[in-house]
Amino acid sequence: MSNIGSYEKRLEDFDWSIAEKELDYVPGGNINIGWYCSDRICEMGKGNKPALLWEGLGGKEKQYTFNDVRVKSNTIASFLQNLGIKNEDRVCLFMDKVPELYIGFVGILKLGAIAQPLFSAFGDESLHVRLDNAQTTAIITQRKHVSKVRKILDQMPYLKHIILVDYDGSKPLKEREIAFNMEDAEQVEEFKSFATKAESPSVLHYTSGTTGQPKGVKHVHYSLISQYLTTKWVLDLQENDIYWCTADPGWVTGTSYGIIGPWSMGVTLCVLDTGFSAESWYKFIEKRKITMWYSAPTAIRSLMKAGDELIKQYNLSSLRHLASVGEPLNAEAVIWSEKVFGKAFLDTYWQTETGSMMLTNYPDMKIKPGSMGKPFPGITAAILDTETFEEITETGKPGLIGFKPNWPAMMRTYWRNEETYQKKFMNGWYLPGDRAYIDQDGYYWFIGRDDDVINTGGHLVSPFEVESALLEHEAVAESAVVAKPDDVNMEVVKAFVTVKPGFEANDDLELKIMNFIRKKLSPLAMPQEIEYKDSLPKTRSGKIMRRVLHAQEWGEEIGDISTLEDD
Amino acid sequence: MENMKEVILEYVIEEYCDEENDDVTFETPLISGGIVDSFSMVSLKRFLENKYKISIPDADASPENFDTVTKIEVLVKRFQ
Repeated sequence: MSNIGSYEKRLEDFDWSIAEKELDYVPGGNINIGWYCSDRICEMGKGNKPALLWEGLGGKEKQYTFNDVRVKSNTIASFLQNLGIKNEDRVCLFMDKVPELYIGFVGILKLGAIAQPLFSAFGDESLHVRLDNAQTTAIITQRKHVSKVRKILDQMPYLKHIILVDYDGSKPLKEREIAFNMEDAEQVEEFKSFATKAESPSVLHYTSGTTGQPKGVKHVHYSLISQYLTTKWVLDLQENDIYWCTADPGWVTGTSYGIIGPWSMGVTLCVLDTGFSAESWYKFIEKRKITMWYSAPTAIRSLMKAGDELIKQYNLSSLRHLASVGEPLNAEAVIWSEKVFGKAFLDTYWQTETGSMMLTNYPDMKIKPGSMGKPFPGITAAILDTETFEEITETGKPGLIGFKPNWPAMMRTYWRNEETYQKKFMNGWYLPGDRAYIDQDGYYWFIGRDDDVINTGGHLVSPFEVESALLEHEAVAESAVVAKPDDVNMEVVKAFVTVKPGFEANDDLELKIMNFIRKKLSPLAMPQEIEYKDSLPKTRSGKIMRRVLHAQEWGEEIGDISTLEDD
Repeated sequence: MENMKEVILEYVIEEYCDEENDDVTFETPLISGGIVDSFSMVSLKRFLENKYKISIPDADASPENFDTVTKIEVLVKRFQ
């Protein structure tokens, strides 16, 4: 029997107070996610239960119980406090998927500070704009990433502390750097979690939009309510589950469901901190006897590419429940997983701003492969007319997805950017920026983005950000960036550029520009292809018409080009 | 004539490593070791194609074939 039982029955009498009661939260009282993920589980008598089973490069293994997480997060919180860091200060986590990232996240929240996790593959410019926007006080990082921080340090007077978790003493520490070893530090048995309330800020995740700089999505401690309940009902985590969320906590899935969801339920979490290979993933599932696996379509399609024969070499019979997030899960992948694992991956739809799952498939509900499923109980969803933003009641008619902003994990604002936040609402609906339709059975079907943002491997990339970075390359005169279809990643970044006089548009230059963007922004943002043009399509007012290039890539009708500049 | 493995190794260190993790050898796992991610693999593939005037089909540009400098050399020689 699944945790949710009957979806229809849950809809009848749903109230978020179900989760509040299970978590013993009294409205108006204290709610601290860090405490819920560690101290509370220990108080429930599960202190000796494994909380984190971690594997890294070279076969390294580490294991932490919930009591270890409690004490070590106390130790981190205390260390930060002694540095003078206080509630609501932003503390960035810029690390690979090492234990310090997971336990550090809990420690920051216990202190009442705001956790700002950033993807460790970000280049120095991507890192800088996000730290600058957040006016981050401290960054916790590793030796392998610290050079990126050092490169931009002069531009960040607000960044007071650079905390290295793996300092080995071989080279001297530099300006503002301090070593902290989670294992060797004097362990802090007792730390009183900061008395955060429902609306106290908790996590700041950055996401990309079509225009402008990345936006800091502000979440609050009350988000726990919907993260806990969606974990319980959709991921169906149960007491003895061994859970593997493959997402990196640099992104929202990695915190909402890679830390908060499972640990607030007292469930054992597995982490594999190595690069992707089908063999290593199957081996990990077999070895750790994973029962619940939450992954992404890009990874699933990569596994499909690796072939079915490989799967037969491993005993994956421990798997009892699978789910997917990041981009639409294509029907083929659902059907394939049923064939090879005996279980379908359940697609879940949500985004950084929503903080928790919105439209999803459920353990005991019929799956329609390729569909996003139905709204989570308590979520009021609709398809809206693109002009009037009125609800479309006709089934099968496409429109914009809209949600009534009334669930606990909804973002509270964009950090220092309230104006853009307000623009996300129309006619009382929150617009996530995607188009879809509803079928006659109430299932939602994804159609596409309603803007130019590129979804590559489940991560959003701003074309504006890449275009701006391209213009910083000495050879690039003009740039336009669009999504290009891709079998594995759904979309990848493609750039169109014109080159300045004196530069030759050849393969070597293409590679140089690709690497320039990879290092400056991130591997995700690196154009997988660069096409040289003599000129880019522009409106008469000089604005580059991305949609003309997008249509060319996708084999679509170009549409109205009456505003196109004459040659 | 340049030693192919040396050239590839030098490029990998230059482009994908920094001073803190430059102890890469011919056998260091690049993809499964997290030094080169799947997105960055495209730029490494492009380097090999430009340098050795070859074309590597996407089907052969797998994480397994790119996992060490030694394996990359085998792959490149297959298409020379």
